Amino acid sequence: MLSVKDLHAYYGRAHILHGVSLEASAGEVVALLGRNGAGKSTVMKTVMGLVSAAKGEVTFDGKRIERLQPYRIARLGLGYVPEDRRIFTELSVMENLTVGQQPPRQGAPAWTEDKLFALFPNLANMRERPGGRMSGGEQQMLTIARTLMGNPRCVLLDEPSEGLAPIIVEQMARSIHALKGEGLCVLLSEQNLHFSQAVADRAYIIEKGQIRFGGSMAELTADASLREQYLSV
Amino acid sequence: MTFASIIIQLLNGLAAAASLFLVSAGLSLIFGVTRIVNFAHGSLYMLGLYGAYSLIQALGRTPMGFWTSVVLAALAVGLVGVLIEVLILRRIYKAPELFQLLATFAVVLVIKDIALFVWGAEDLVGPRAPGLSTVEILGRRIPTYDLLLIAIGPMVLLAMWLLLTRTRWGALVRAATQDREMVGALGVDQAKLFTSVFFVGAVLAGLGGALQIPREPANLELDLSVIADAFVVTVVGGLGSIGGAFLAAVLIGVAKAFCIGIGTVNWFGAEIVFSKLTLVVEFLIMAIVLVVRPFGLLGKPQAAQRIAADPAPPLTVPSWTFVLIGLALLLVVPIATDRYVTILLTDIFCFALFAVSLHFIMGPAGMVSFGHAAYFGLGAYAAGLLLKRAGLPMEMALVLAPLVAGAFAVVYGWFCVRLSGVYLAMLTLAFAQISWSIVFQWDSFTGGSNGVFGVWPSAWLAGKTTYYYLALAFCGAGIALLWRVLFSPFGYALRAGRDSALRAEAIGIDLRAYQWMAFVLVGALAGLAGAVYAFSKGSISPSTISIAQSTDGLIMVLLGGVETLTGPLAGAAIFTWLRDEVARRTEFWRAVMGLVILAIVLLFPQGLVGGLKALTQRWREARSWEKTV
Repeated sequence: MLSVKDLHAYYGRAHILHGVSLEASAGEVVALLGRNGAGKSTVMKTVMGLVSAAKGEVTFDGKRIERLQPYRIARLGLGYVPEDRRIFTELSVMENLTVGQQPPRQGAPAWTEDKLFALFPNLANMRERPGGRMSGGEQQMLTIARTLMGNPRCVLLDEPSEGLAPIIVEQMARSIHALKGEGLCVLLSEQNLHFSQAVADRAYIIEKGQIRFGGSMAELTADASLREQYLSV
Repeated sequence: MTFASIIIQLLNGLAAAASLFLVSAGLSLIFGVTRIVNFAHGSLYMLGLYGAYSLIQALGRTPMGFWTSVVLAALAVGLVGVLIEVLILRRIYKAPELFQLLATFAVVLVIKDIALFVWGAEDLVGPRAPGLSTVEILGRRIPTYDLLLIAIGPMVLLAMWLLLTRTRWGALVRAATQDREMVGALGVDQAKLFTSVFFVGAVLAGLGGALQIPREPANLELDLSVIADAFVVTVVGGLGSIGGAFLAAVLIGVAKAFCIGIGTVNWFGAEIVFSKLTLVVEFLIMAIVLVVRPFGLLGKPQAAQRIAADPAPPLTVPSWTFVLIGLALLLVVPIATDRYVTILLTDIFCFALFAVSLHFIMGPAGMVSFGHAAYFGLGAYAAGLLLKRAGLPMEMALVLAPLVAGAFAVVYGWFCVRLSGVYLAMLTLAFAQISWSIVFQWDSFTGGSNGVFGVWPSAWLAGKTTYYYLALAFCGAGIALLWRVLFSPFGYALRAGRDSALRAEAIGIDLRAYQWMAFVLVGALAGLAGAVYAFSKGSISPSTISIAQSTDGLIMVLLGGVETLTGPLAGAAIFTWLRDEVARRTEFWRAVMGLVILAIVLLFPQGLVGGLKALTQRWREARSWEKTV
């Protein structure tokens, strides 16, 4: 469903991505693992069109998207959940969801506010609360719910477990399983190997803007030296 | 004052507040979402007023004709706003913010001349609202129309509030005000959202203008006077706060009305002419509010819009060969060319120093000034008044004038460095406007609207060629000083403060003190430019302090490019020369200038010198590429 080939990207003059390639299919959860500064978020932003791709191809659902504006990419059914959540702090929970709303899309689950409140029960009790007055965990749920309001076929989750309390991380894992159950394709970036092992089917390891490993989660779990080399802090 | 006259003045003020609120609400809305300070908003107001005038003539002076005209004029102005957004601003949303500002200056020039072409230079007095007479309140007759206006303000406020809080469009607008990139990543077409916001903002401005038709004549000066008022209201109320804009409009409208109503009062033996304060009072309110509440009455600190803007590149020192060749050429000009070129270049020297001082404060020091003409004009007036009123010799007046301008910068700067960003820019405009009002109204001392005459240099300097060398020496020395300072530790500290105030302070830089000193330095040097200019012309008029003069300075700097040192020189030279050339050929020189600026903005979004640098860079890279291949 989502395929990235030889992607290069720059921040100003700094060359961040040096030819990243990866794939993710419908109904599959894929983890992009790597240390701080390895280029995980840049992959997400470049796929979403927020950072322009200097070279390479991004194909979503058979269409080339690396030259499209972010809103066009979003309208094709690719959802993006940023690492720093980027909640609209002045807007209420319901209004945040409204901003993310897109018409129902063929071949994608159709989300309503009520269905999302079932997925994230905490949000149901704070519909009118301004986004700026929510805890980090609540904001993380809201930012995912907001993206789901666009009825995406595939979501990019940038470090969904970052900075969350353990009990919320568990809840997050359950939610990601639920998304997979709906047939979505999920690409998530993580530093937290444990969390990734709990949710992902396959994994890629990125270091210095290059993919160093791609394979099943089981393979990665079995290979201690790989984890030692690229992931341990 | 009697109770009755207080009520009457209150009603007067509230009626005036309605239009002020409408135009400010539109300005605030557009700024919130697009981060563009739309200098052309006053022009849209002016178009609304002219449009209503013409439509009423066409549709007839009936109640039906009147109100249809008002609504149609507002909608037509809305379409003009859409045109501005789609044709110009949409193409430069990724350009630096200041360049968008430059584009809106250009639009001001173009619209002014379109109005001049269509409606002529004479003031046009519109009809009273048909079918509405007056009502008697406490023994005085008040136009019913005024009462209607008083009701329209809160009605529009309510409508705007409903629109912003009860519709999806409103949620999108508020979301985009905080983080428009994220709104885009959620699938919202920003271009459409911006266009719609421009439409609504422009309709509000047009409606504000159209509703004034029975109260004020349509004239060509409205564009800048209204934008100054709207800035004040927006800043006093708090940027982005529609409710704040309403509160501020009422406060300022009423304060102005009371100043007129009070007239001349004798307090403790001193005669105070309140009616003369009308031009100043709003700026005084603004200065007080900004010092007490830096983000306005109902405003909040601006969340930085998340735009991945590249940091300003490090400054490069102009090469000595370049400077020396330039100087050598300028030295032979009076010998090699005619009187006309000598005089034009003398003008250019003054404006070059003016532009370089403005560049210093807005580029490296990071404090954009909308009112830099204050120091230029005060320098000019100081020179003229020291000569004519104090009877000092010309040489003395020329040397003391920059000190006077610098002294004003000490006072104004103290307030200004407490703010940053758009608030700072608008406060500088307020101080410039206060200075202008005082100079304009103090007939007995400054000569009022006539200005000061007979400001000629001493006999030994009076020759055009001699004065040319004097201007070259003084302005050249001023420019050299400013450039030198930029590469001193003081200059580094200022640039560090621009890039990150927090980090600069964390390493022990007292940024506010440094910025204050920078303010005084550029104020004094702009004053020097003004003094040299005054003696070259022989007379001074209040227009040297006007908003138009300030925007001319901004155009020069932005045209040349903020990111280079030589940019302001090129900008000043090209602007001054072009204005002179065009003004001699057509009455509509403003429109021509505006179109030239727009063309440059769309073709070179980094300014002329910046654009040339980027071109040569690309050429070099292409060449080195060929070599490696």
